[in-house]
Amino acid sequence: MNSFLINLLQTALDTLLDVAPIILTLFFFQYVVLKQSINHIGRVFMGLSFVISGLTLFLVGLNEAIFPLGDTMARQLTDPEFLYGSQPHTYLWYDYGWVYLFGFLIGFSTTLAEPALIAVASKAQDISGGAISAFGLRIAVALGVAIGVAIGCFRIVTGGPLWEYIVVAYILVIVQTFYAPKMIIPLAYDSGGVTTSTVTVPLLAALGLGLASTIPGRSPMIDGFGLIAFASVFPILSVLSYAKTAEVLKNRQRSQDELNSASKE
Amino acid sequence: MHKELKAFALPLLGALRDLAPVVAVIAVFQLLVLQQPIPNLSAMLSGFFCVIIGLALFVQGLNTALFPLGEKLAYSFAQKGSLTWLLLFSFLLGFGTTIAEPALIAIADKAAEIAAQSHLIDTTQAARDNYADGLRLSVALSVGLAILVGVLRILLGWPLPFMILGGYLLIEILTPFAPEEIIGIAYDSGGVTTSTITVPLVTALGVGLASSISGRNPVLDGFGLIAFASLLPILFVMLYGILIHS
Repeated sequence: MNSFLINLLQTALDTLLDVAPIILTLFFFQYVVLKQSINHIGRVFMGLSFVISGLTLFLVGLNEAIFPLGDTMARQLTDPEFLYGSQPHTYLWYDYGWVYLFGFLIGFSTTLAEPALIAVASKAQDISGGAISAFGLRIAVALGVAIGVAIGCFRIVTGGPLWEYIVVAYILVIVQTFYAPKMIIPLAYDSGGVTTSTVTVPLLAALGLGLASTIPGRSPMIDGFGLIAFASVFPILSVLSYAKTAEVLKNRQRSQDELNSASKE
Repeated sequence: MHKELKAFALPLLGALRDLAPVVAVIAVFQLLVLQQPIPNLSAMLSGFFCVIIGLALFVQGLNTALFPLGEKLAYSFAQKGSLTWLLLFSFLLGFGTTIAEPALIAIADKAAEIAAQSHLIDTTQAARDNYADGLRLSVALSVGLAILVGVLRILLGWPLPFMILGGYLLIEILTPFAPEEIIGIAYDSGGVTTSTITVPLVTALGVGLASSISGRNPVLDGFGLIAFASLLPILFVMLYGILIHS
């Protein structure tokens, strides 16, 4: 219990330093550059104390719960006993089916519940005049993240170089950019960064590192990272695809309508 | 006080909602697929409790203190004020929000731990802190620069796709020169940087700017700052890796 308290205090002190730059920036520009005073200064200080204590608790909890959990899941899912019983066996990539399914489901479920994505999706619905539905877009992004994480797990199992996968994804993004509706491009590029939330990122990191340290022949340093990169690139692809599909369907619908009204006349 | 409690309920629900899908998927796997107990379940549950309360407090604090202040500043600098102050503000906003980003703190510490285990750096606490701080500083500097470039893009109307695709190209040119051990962390850092604090403040700046300059479309020009902020960290972390690993 004593070491827990020391840990808590140490983290709180570190957090104070972490939050200092943004607080100093805001106060400097408010008072020195704009020369305006801050309304409700008491509320602001209370909010700041919330930020610091909340960040401290979050980081402590992360080390107690999320990191060990991701690690445990990775270990249990790659345990030879779980995979084949006690029979000796050489490891092949398709033996790790549960790992890919786990990655897929974690990616899909966390993204669908992501608040930032819900906001972006409803904005996209507004600007596209309803051609893109908010829910459809959320499903598209969630599928993008899910497929990205599953392929990322496959890469850790097989040990290929990360950049080869990312290059292929980038090339697909470039090709899609030429065909996608112009309005959606900035939103699609942003969606890559938005989708990975504060809870998802540490869990994916722990999963990747756990996989790389239990699968024979993998090194955590070289193979363990990269899942977040997959989760950031693939949504760009899925949003661009979804926008293109929505546009094509809308055009087809429109020409169908024109055809119908023409035949009525 | 009653009002404060009510205001706190919303972020608490939000934190629960963030965590619920993770817990649900893991519970299904533990019960149906693995059928194994979780070691240290009680420590893990208290950890989850800390995560939920911490995240809720953090978000509530952001909403009462940092966001109103930051958004107001972002809008007033977007509407008037000199170019120098605007660019300095953009840089510091990107830098400051990134240094405080919880996911980045966690990942940098983890990366330092793994680097120490792989004997890339000394196993002392000081060496690990050094490595983690170096990573976070490179990321924060790059996000600051990214926001600055992104603001310039909005002001001058540079085309986004060309810049982003050019950035991708640079990353791929630099990758073969970067040490193998840093590539994964570098590619990951792009997605890590842009979450809880950075996204709302940076989006406010972008949309505020684009809507106050005539001839700019808030949708086409306002977004895209985040895209820069996910791209430049990859470059900078690879450069950091080249500096310290070789």
